[in-house]
Amino acid sequence: MSVKTIPMYKRPESLSDVRTHYCAGCGHGIIHKLIAEVLDELELREKTIVIAPVGCSVLIYNYLEVDGLEAAHGRAPAVATGIKRARPEMLVISYQGDGDLLAIGTGETVHAANRGEDISVIFVNNAIYGMTGGQLAPTTLVGQKTLTSPAGRNSADVGFPIRACEMLDTLEAPAYIERTSVHNPGAIRKTKKAIFKALKYQKEGRGYSFVEILSMCPTNWGVQPPEAADWVKSDMVPWYPLKKFRDRPADEDADKEKAS
Amino acid sequence: MTEELIIAGFGGQGVLLTGKLLCVAAMRQGKQVSHIPSYGAEMRGGTANCSVVISDEEIASPVIEKPSIVIALNGPSVAKFEPRVRPGGLLIWNSSLVKNPPTRKDLVLVSLDATDLSLSEGTERAANMAAIGALLKLKPGIVSVDAVEAALDEVISARNRKHNPVNLRILHAGFEKTHKVDAA
Amino acid sequence: MSEKVLMKGNEALAEAAVIAGCRHYFAYPITPQNEIPAYMSRRMPEVGGTFLQAESELAAISMVLGAAAGGVRAMTSSSSPGISLKQEGISYIAGSELPCVLVNIMRGGPGLGAIAGAQGDYFQATRGGGNGDYRTIVLAPGSAQELADFTIEAFDLADEYRMPVMILADGYIGQMSEPVVLPKPSGKSFEKPWALTGAKGRKKNIICSMKLIPDTALEEHNLRLQEKYDLITEKVHRVDTYMTDDADWLVVAYGTSARIARKAVDRLRGEGIKAGLFRPLTLWPFPEKELFEVGSKVQKILTVEMSLGQMVEDVKLTMNGEVEVDFHGRAGGAVPALDDIIERINGYERENHTHVQAS
Ligand SMILES: Cc1ncc(C[n+]2csc(CCOP(=O)(O)OP(=O)(O)O)c2C)c(N)n1
Repeated sequence: MSVKTIPMYKRPESLSDVRTHYCAGCGHGIIHKLIAEVLDELELREKTIVIAPVGCSVLIYNYLEVDGLEAAHGRAPAVATGIKRARPEMLVISYQGDGDLLAIGTGETVHAANRGEDISVIFVNNAIYGMTGGQLAPTTLVGQKTLTSPAGRNSADVGFPIRACEMLDTLEAPAYIERTSVHNPGAIRKTKKAIFKALKYQKEGRGYSFVEILSMCPTNWGVQPPEAADWVKSDMVPWYPLKKFRDRPADEDADKEKAS
Repeated sequence: MTEELIIAGFGGQGVLLTGKLLCVAAMRQGKQVSHIPSYGAEMRGGTANCSVVISDEEIASPVIEKPSIVIALNGPSVAKFEPRVRPGGLLIWNSSLVKNPPTRKDLVLVSLDATDLSLSEGTERAANMAAIGALLKLKPGIVSVDAVEAALDEVISARNRKHNPVNLRILHAGFEKTHKVDAA
Repeated sequence: MSEKVLMKGNEALAEAAVIAGCRHYFAYPITPQNEIPAYMSRRMPEVGGTFLQAESELAAISMVLGAAAGGVRAMTSSSSPGISLKQEGISYIAGSELPCVLVNIMRGGPGLGAIAGAQGDYFQATRGGGNGDYRTIVLAPGSAQELADFTIEAFDLADEYRMPVMILADGYIGQMSEPVVLPKPSGKSFEKPWALTGAKGRKKNIICSMKLIPDTALEEHNLRLQEKYDLITEKVHRVDTYMTDDADWLVVAYGTSARIARKAVDRLRGEGIKAGLFRPLTLWPFPEKELFEVGSKVQKILTVEMSLGQMVEDVKLTMNGEVEVDFHGRAGGAVPALDDIIERINGYERENHTHVQAS
């Protein structure tokens, strides 16, 4: 009798065999890996283009074994639009942070969604500008201290943190909108499911998909990684409820099933 | 031959179309042409105009400072362009609408009740056609009547081509009503 | 022979882009180039292409970047304030070495300025415009026909050198209708192994302007770009000269200014005054060799612009003190007056006479 070793866990083919530059406890690495796993499972590696944003994940093309393209700060959805229109057979992922997606790139975000571009936006919300050293983000919580809100975010002065999913949910065109988190293994599993759905829907040509992922930035929050994960749950989730806002393809499929 | 025309009037009087018609007709007769519409700020205050150059030679500049011919379809256009016509030039003005007639002594001033001619065919929008008729009578060297007739079919969109017979009648009325004049 | 048609410059350019194989056009409306997006919105669906009205110029140029990365011919057009916003993307496209065609139908500035034609964006176009050490090839058409012809060439130059090529024309050139014989496609084709088509059967392709590792990567990249720019400086100049062989006085102008200057030359020649016109058709690279050759034989040079003095700096740099360079400019949508140019050159003649008599 021969013994076969079946690997229980291995590096996804879509994930490059390199070290990342991310800090300890950062969520970007986890999310990259989830995307890579999904690309493997859907057999999409050879058909995917990832758009790198300006932000901590600017080097994402070094970590995924897919074609990669850089966008100016905030313009990833526009770049994604351009290449999707030029190469509709490709799967296009716009990967963005909160400053990129909700401050400098708000216009591009809203309009790509409103057009229902057949792209998937993966939005990593860490409530701070990571790359530039921890400034106030549009998603920084009220009272949260940052480099540029040393006394904590004052809503009377700079307004309240923006909820991207809720905002995009007012638009007609998007097909799929969900908010998840990566603060613990259960949440990570749900996030993977959401990414799977988003990319599968794009593969099927079913329209714009948006996954917001609450994530940790221990370095710029000034806390240890475990505390950071706890803070996501205790402070971010109450303001940013984890929720599926819209899943039109699933609804359509259910209707079809009922009909037959 | 090089003629530099400015055609001016209210928006809706077909000023730009008039220029285009002349250009296409002259182009089909082997002439060099250029056409610049006024746009934006110049168009405010309700007047539109275009600069048209028609020449036997290559056109150096399409920009007209001192036109040799002005067609003024309304009062503001007379006020604006009369001073700019070069001495000895031609000013055709619409006596149906213009209250203060042009006065320069060094120009050929030709009045035409263009809007009334147009109204007699049941439309007030074809005064430009009557003015073209006048122009063709006074300056036969620019372009022939036949060429303008043919250009009408080329320039007018299919949707509006049904009006061409009326347009032509008004053009001919303007032509008949205008008498050849000697230079100023 | 194809038939002559009366076309607005903007529309001639748009159709030429279609002829050149452009199937991806992204733009945001602005006067005086609105005929281009209007034309493309009709034409692109007919040829199976993409027309998309972007939410801003920032987005439009980034869409061009994306499409160009996919290996297709892409274009955007705008006018001065919109081109300012596009500088962000232009810089990224230059850094990422992607080909595309940009059209600036210039209007008066600074700021919102006014919509009448002007030539105030010469510095912005020829000096890079956005951040960083880069260039764009800049073509300067002077008629509707040239708008069409140069568009065909612009796409080839962009693909050949993998960089943005700008067509720079004032609003009058874009708005003017003239007879045009639509150009034929050049027939050139370009391999694009760098395009993003999926990492299948090859290593992944990455297109980016950021060069971090090793420390010297960015300088190496800059030097390589410079090599390319040097090659272009050597190879890509286009000029048009008129009556320059025996000229005493040389006018240097482009676009509408050159059209007026040419008329001035005709008038002056009629009076027996030996004027000539030098018209650069490429503004970057500036045709220094050609200008120096012609310019060093004349007594004085007059640069005429619809700005208060931008190209004149290149003329002075080129002549390097060899011949005196004078300037006449109008701004804010005004065009140089024929008589002013003639008077200026008549003045040179008079001055010259006095000198000759005095000596
Ligand atoms: C036009 C422009 N403005 C500012 C910057 C500097 N900048 C780089 S990343 C960044 C913020 C990124 O924050 P976020 O999008 O939240 O992503 P994170 O780094 O937290 O992942 C800023 C302001 C830039 N690169 N370009």
